[in-house]
Amino acid sequence: MKVPMSWFNDYTDMSGISPKEYNDAVTMTGSKVETIENMGKDIKNVVTGKILEITEHPDSDHMVICRVDVGDEVLKIVTGAPNVKVGQIVPVAKNDSYLPGGVHIKTGKLRGVESCGMLCSHEELGLSESDLDRKPEYGILILPDNTKIGVDIRDVFGLNDEVIEYEITSNRPDCFSVIGLARETAATFKRPFSVPHPKFSENSENIADTLSVTVESPEKCIRYSAKMIKNVKIGPSPKWMVHRLKACGVRSINNIVDITNYILLEYGQPMHAFDLRDLSGNKIVVRDARDGEIIKTLDEQDRELNHNDLVISDGEKSVAIAGVMGGFNSEVKDDTTTVVFESATFDAVTVRLTAQKVGLRTEASSRYEKGLDANNTIPALERACELVEQLGCGEVVGGMIDIKGNIKQPKTLKFRPEKINAFLGIDISSEEMAGYLRTIEFDVDMEKMELTAPSFRPDIECEADVAEEVARFYGYDKIPATPLSGEATEGKRSPLQICRDDISSVLVAQGMNEICTYTFRSPGEFDKLRLPADSPMRNVIKISNPLGEDTSIMRTTTISSMLTAMAYNYSHKNEAVKLFEIGKVFIPTEAGKLPDEQEKLTIGMYGKGIDFFDIKGAVEAVLAGINVSNVTYRAVTDNPTFHPGRTAEILINGEPAGVMGEIHPDAANNFDIDTECYVAEIDLIKIFNNINRSVKFKPLPKFPAVERDIAILVDKTVAVGDLEATIVKASGKLLDSIKLFDVYEGERIPDGKKSVAFAISFRDPERSLTNEEINKVFKKITKDLEFKNKAQQR
Amino acid sequence: MGRLSPEERPVIGAMANEIRQFLSNEIDAKKTEMARIIQDAKLKSEVVDITMPGKKPEIGTLHPLTKVLNEFKDIVIGMGFQIAEGPEVEYDYYNFEALNIPKNHPARDTQDTFYIEDNIVLRSQTSPMQIHVMESQKPPIRIIAPGLVYRSDTVDATHSPVFHQIEGLVVDKGITMADLKGTLETLIKSIYGESTKVRFRPHHFQFTEPSAEVDVACFSCGGKGCSVCKGEGWIEILGCGMVHPKVLANCGIDPEVYSGFAFGFGLERLVMGRYDINDLRLFFENDVRFLKQF
Repeated sequence: MKVPMSWFNDYTDMSGISPKEYNDAVTMTGSKVETIENMGKDIKNVVTGKILEITEHPDSDHMVICRVDVGDEVLKIVTGAPNVKVGQIVPVAKNDSYLPGGVHIKTGKLRGVESCGMLCSHEELGLSESDLDRKPEYGILILPDNTKIGVDIRDVFGLNDEVIEYEITSNRPDCFSVIGLARETAATFKRPFSVPHPKFSENSENIADTLSVTVESPEKCIRYSAKMIKNVKIGPSPKWMVHRLKACGVRSINNIVDITNYILLEYGQPMHAFDLRDLSGNKIVVRDARDGEIIKTLDEQDRELNHNDLVISDGEKSVAIAGVMGGFNSEVKDDTTTVVFESATFDAVTVRLTAQKVGLRTEASSRYEKGLDANNTIPALERACELVEQLGCGEVVGGMIDIKGNIKQPKTLKFRPEKINAFLGIDISSEEMAGYLRTIEFDVDMEKMELTAPSFRPDIECEADVAEEVARFYGYDKIPATPLSGEATEGKRSPLQICRDDISSVLVAQGMNEICTYTFRSPGEFDKLRLPADSPMRNVIKISNPLGEDTSIMRTTTISSMLTAMAYNYSHKNEAVKLFEIGKVFIPTEAGKLPDEQEKLTIGMYGKGIDFFDIKGAVEAVLAGINVSNVTYRAVTDNPTFHPGRTAEILINGEPAGVMGEIHPDAANNFDIDTECYVAEIDLIKIFNNINRSVKFKPLPKFPAVERDIAILVDKTVAVGDLEATIVKASGKLLDSIKLFDVYEGERIPDGKKSVAFAISFRDPERSLTNEEINKVFKKITKDLEFKNKAQQR
Repeated sequence: MGRLSPEERPVIGAMANEIRQFLSNEIDAKKTEMARIIQDAKLKSEVVDITMPGKKPEIGTLHPLTKVLNEFKDIVIGMGFQIAEGPEVEYDYYNFEALNIPKNHPARDTQDTFYIEDNIVLRSQTSPMQIHVMESQKPPIRIIAPGLVYRSDTVDATHSPVFHQIEGLVVDKGITMADLKGTLETLIKSIYGESTKVRFRPHHFQFTEPSAEVDVACFSCGGKGCSVCKGEGWIEILGCGMVHPKVLANCGIDPEVYSGFAFGFGLERLVMGRYDINDLRLFFENDVRFLKQF
């Protein structure tokens, strides 16, 4: 909502309030100022001047030299305009002046003659024809003869005004009007406020004799009021009205339409003017639209309606969509002679749904949908009639149509000052509170200790609402700031939150960078991941109104997010990256129910020298780092996203918890990554559930360990993990640790075989082990390896 | 020694001992000295150029959003808050209705919401966590609920359809608007610095009453007005208010007995201010050259 500050003077006293003071003060009482802009801010140092003398230019036949009196001096100005005459009053841009568009005027020479400024046309001042009293001639703007000399041109055209743009919240439909904002302004500055009662005269006819109005849908049309104007003379509106409309961002059309727009701004009451000729049978019927009914609105678009929408009709055809926009078939035309002014209150939800459905959000609909005061229709109509008379554009017909439905009455609430004080944490008297409330037209009864909000404040429903009104005018800044008191509460992270933080710490310590990715993705990513058409991952939560296909589904895997982040780095020539994310996937459950939101730990890496064992090492380090043990790995050959020979399922206590490995080169390519890249995706909850929380101290060993190395020759296909398992089992209690230190194929190793070497350490916590004991165990190890894994000792 | 007379023996013996002692001392001293010379020479030869770079293991980084959020959590945990978590795909009831935003209410316009089904949305705010917490916990309640929220905004330097909010909620007997101001002022000063100027300004949210928006004096110009604060001198950082009695009642908490306040920070804006980051997209692009700076 935009309002020129001077307009408030119609209802309150704005004297001595600077724009800055105004901004600060009303912002603190809840009318947030977005911007304050001087309407003439682009014009500087332009004044009115009288042409005293015109002489020929010695070097030009189309330019002349004027001597212009600008009040405090006489300037010599060269102009090429054809319409200047001695005695005219014209706008003069003096030396060092500014015009709209950033034009800077300085003293200069024109064909060798010094010119101390410029005479201006209306275009150069940014004015349109509707700003002027008469149609401008081609050339310099000629002002009326009675214009004073030496006056700032902005004052002549009412441009020396501040236009304030407010952010109005949806609970305050009353503030979508100049009067509403003036009331808030007056209360803020503690100045008097009154809205003059409209005065006008009517002829002796009665509207009811000409026009009949029926409301068939009283639950959608709460009040329908109308006045009639005859002998209408359509023409331009006066300058003051054009200026005010323009300042509020409304284009002037003609006097009758302008009056309805002016009332919309001033009273916040949408109005509509119908041409009586277009109302067949001189009838207005307010009714539900018929299913499939089509109406052409003022913007010449066809709109299809149904029975949920409300229309204004004349018994034959619809002439307006109620509260949204008038019909093209009944608009005011240049030869209109009789108009019907509609001033009505329509149901907020009906207007909102209709406006949404037909895709028309108008000044009227955006007010109606917030719930307008039904008591405002009559004052608005009367003011419109007053303006008709003032503008001399018609004759007000006597009588009024006013059909009332169920008008919501304001609630009466208990006035409990002590409760309000306790709620706000302040201590002010009930008189002071009542004072604040009365300035914004609350009715406060100190005997009964009751209060009633005015009907234009539908937002006041309970004590907290009243408390806010008190707080606004007492001053939010005067409310003290106290520390929290009351029963102490324990501040802490939950075990799951600690688990996440611990995982992050381990990964950061390993040189990984945490990422943050979008959770909604493109369905095309499943193809990029090479998932088959029947993959359960493709069963997703779909967004019904997505921004685009690319962000239309909730992810069921984090792998594509990770690959997208890696691809971004790859394409930006970042040579090596190690990334991780803890984030959600969304697994559909059943229709009408929320999905299962599962958290995944995702790790991704690429770069020179990085191979499968880097991603595996990262996973091992995380799990060991947060005390998850009993982790095993199973080769996976059939995950289409991954390399068939470099992928493993991660099992925690035998239960599948995730996958890790090299991304299939085709999948990597699909994400435009042209290098080996590795990803692990693990269920966070499975990690969390398997954290060993009962870590106990083990005494440090008192007796030395004995180390033995073993090198064996096995078939190439035998897994190191299986060999390790055999050794662990054969060693029994004496095993202290086992470490793989060499895997070798090639020279001196038969084809199809490999050499594997472990360092095994044995220890008994109670005593030193003898050579014989070790030999015995070692023998068992070699025997078992031979038997179970067909391994030969080398 | 055997040929010496018994008288001479002790004398000569003592002398011999003395000589031996002397020689052995001398030898030891020489040995020590030689060892020292050798070591000196070795140490001299081992001089390193200490200006050469260290063998630094690469340390990773937390995402800047996590980093600042952790700081935030530390502060509020110290004030007795716990951290609540909940769904991002949410019932309309929790995202709107229980928060006093009925269907077809114009207040829904300020949040362009993604819908899954008629009654299921991507949460457009973390405020539904207020309802979850009040449904499952009895006062006294002090929680924050950080998390992702979704709004149908196209991506640019200051907008993202996905971003983070930090919701806060305090409910107890006798909680006042003064407590709201005191708590938030403490919190804001912990985050933005002790000398930060804070302003509470009336606003409207459907689920708080009275409501406020909180501004801090512009970091860039200190309040004089500049391009960062669009000439206002203030930068809005959060919305807050006293929990609406209808919201308390919706959760089975008697508003005549209990009161509370709620607040919501935008995490991205907080982090952008902290590190002078001028483009929100950087958070989600995950370029390591960006990530490694924090």
